[in-house]
Amino acid sequence: MYNKTLAELSQALQQRDTSSEELTGMYLQRCRQFMDKLNCFVTLTEEHAMAQARAADKKIQAGKAGPLTGIPMVHKDIFCTNGIKTSCGSRMLDNFIAPYDATVVRQLDDAGMVMLGKTNMDEFAMGSSNETSYYGPVLNPWDPDRVPGGSSGGSAAVVAARLTPMATGTDTGGSIRQPASLCGITGLKPTYGRVSRYGMIAFASSLDQGGPMTRTAEDAALVLNAMAGFDEHDSTSANEPVEDYTSQLENPLEGLKIGLPVEYFDERLNPDISRIIHDGIAELKKLGASIHEINLPSSKLSIPVYYVVAPAECSSNLARYDGVRFGYRCDDPRDLNDLYCRSRGEGFGREVKRRVLIGTYVLSAGYYDAYYLKAQKIRRLIRNEFQQALKEVDVIIGPTAPGTAFKLNELIDDPINMYLSDIYTVSINLAGLPAISVPAGMLNGLPVGMQIIGDYFSEARLLNVAHRFQQATDWHQHQPAEYK
Amino acid sequence: MLDKTDVEKIAWLARLSVSEEDIPNYCRDLSNILGLVEQMDKVDTGQVSPLAHPLELGARLRPDVVTETNQRDHFQDIAPAVESGHYLVPKVIE
Repeated sequence: MYNKTLAELSQALQQRDTSSEELTGMYLQRCRQFMDKLNCFVTLTEEHAMAQARAADKKIQAGKAGPLTGIPMVHKDIFCTNGIKTSCGSRMLDNFIAPYDATVVRQLDDAGMVMLGKTNMDEFAMGSSNETSYYGPVLNPWDPDRVPGGSSGGSAAVVAARLTPMATGTDTGGSIRQPASLCGITGLKPTYGRVSRYGMIAFASSLDQGGPMTRTAEDAALVLNAMAGFDEHDSTSANEPVEDYTSQLENPLEGLKIGLPVEYFDERLNPDISRIIHDGIAELKKLGASIHEINLPSSKLSIPVYYVVAPAECSSNLARYDGVRFGYRCDDPRDLNDLYCRSRGEGFGREVKRRVLIGTYVLSAGYYDAYYLKAQKIRRLIRNEFQQALKEVDVIIGPTAPGTAFKLNELIDDPINMYLSDIYTVSINLAGLPAISVPAGMLNGLPVGMQIIGDYFSEARLLNVAHRFQQATDWHQHQPAEYK
Repeated sequence: MLDKTDVEKIAWLARLSVSEEDIPNYCRDLSNILGLVEQMDKVDTGQVSPLAHPLELGARLRPDVVTETNQRDHFQDIAPAVESGHYLVPKVIE
């Protein structure tokens, strides 16, 4: 049963082949069995889950169920859950019991989903390997010596290990797509503003976006139907109509124009990854798509631009953690400044401190124009090039990550090379576009993801392309041997 | 290249204590990151206006009416130190 997709489980529940209580019990059992091995959970919410499952079963019996009612899931520990610890992977929030629900949490509650727990993640979502978590690294279910990617590493690992059919993630520079690629699952970053940021702990507010992590594109579409929408509590929420994201899944791909950015396939790309992505594109060609070369010359500057914009916004957002109103407070402060400095110094880990310091520096008097303003200008160039390209093609395809899952400790002391693992994903956040990563091959026993990028609010089209690809291939069905 | 004085100054602006033995690491890491960022200088952006929001939406306004209820006690339940509805910090006025 744990091998079924969310769509299959939904059908089984509707047909009364199983109950939510039974499913929830089964997945909780798997979570307990594997959670220490993978270090994938910060909190397992068993009683909460069983109560939600019983309520879901009542809804199903009363004929009031929707497609998600009774289906178990997990939230990345960045989403505030009322009355339940919300750590954001940080010592700073190790004692934080959120006083309200994030909009995404409320939406999925309302849809009748059952929360099994909160997943481990890079501290404040800053990292690409899940090694910056206060709770230690998550291990990759494909190989325990390797990282699951980050920052939504716990969410990617639990879906890959079949401990849940679906997890929420957040993506500021690749944090849904890169771990999805490294763990062999499907991860969708929607258009900026499509999913509410209310109650999703802020890292870089002009980049952050929540989305679903699932086994299949069809499952992602079902979940996005519940997650997407305008939220008056989020000042940058997009007031655009929400489609039924499942309605276009089966559309044929005849006439689809795919753009391949020459900059994504240059000599720096690992030839094995390049071959896998080209094989994936060939599958789409068989389904009727045409291929067009495009240029995104400014994309090579996306990492430098991102490492100004994201730390600048992070240093501003994280100013709220001061040891006064909530979160960690140091012992015996001498005076108010000592309280601030030591609470923050002791509560934040090394990578968060690096980014707060960089952000503070680039925003400080005398440096603002040279760094932050300059980065915002190049950000416009990056976005303009995508917009231009998307007038000529329907979707853009490339690798999600430059390689497969790397070894634990391989990059943790080398921030620059760690940052480069997001080289194919950050430009999409800077432009605010939607993108999905789907499993497209295996390399030395490890999964490789293919990234499909679309125009603003074209999630239904992206899911259509991803779904047709998954009907033609079986890479998304590969699973780590130990968790079969 | 950032030196010890620079890092101490930035850390103070950020109200972040940094231990003495970590300072050389921060000098190195922050200098490397700024080195990476300097690639931006190669681009002429003279005619380009900055982009702060990917969809360039302006700030949304709402009617000026009270919509929040008072939840002070609820929010102060998770505070490190409170007394009579106030957050406690070390003495700032002698």
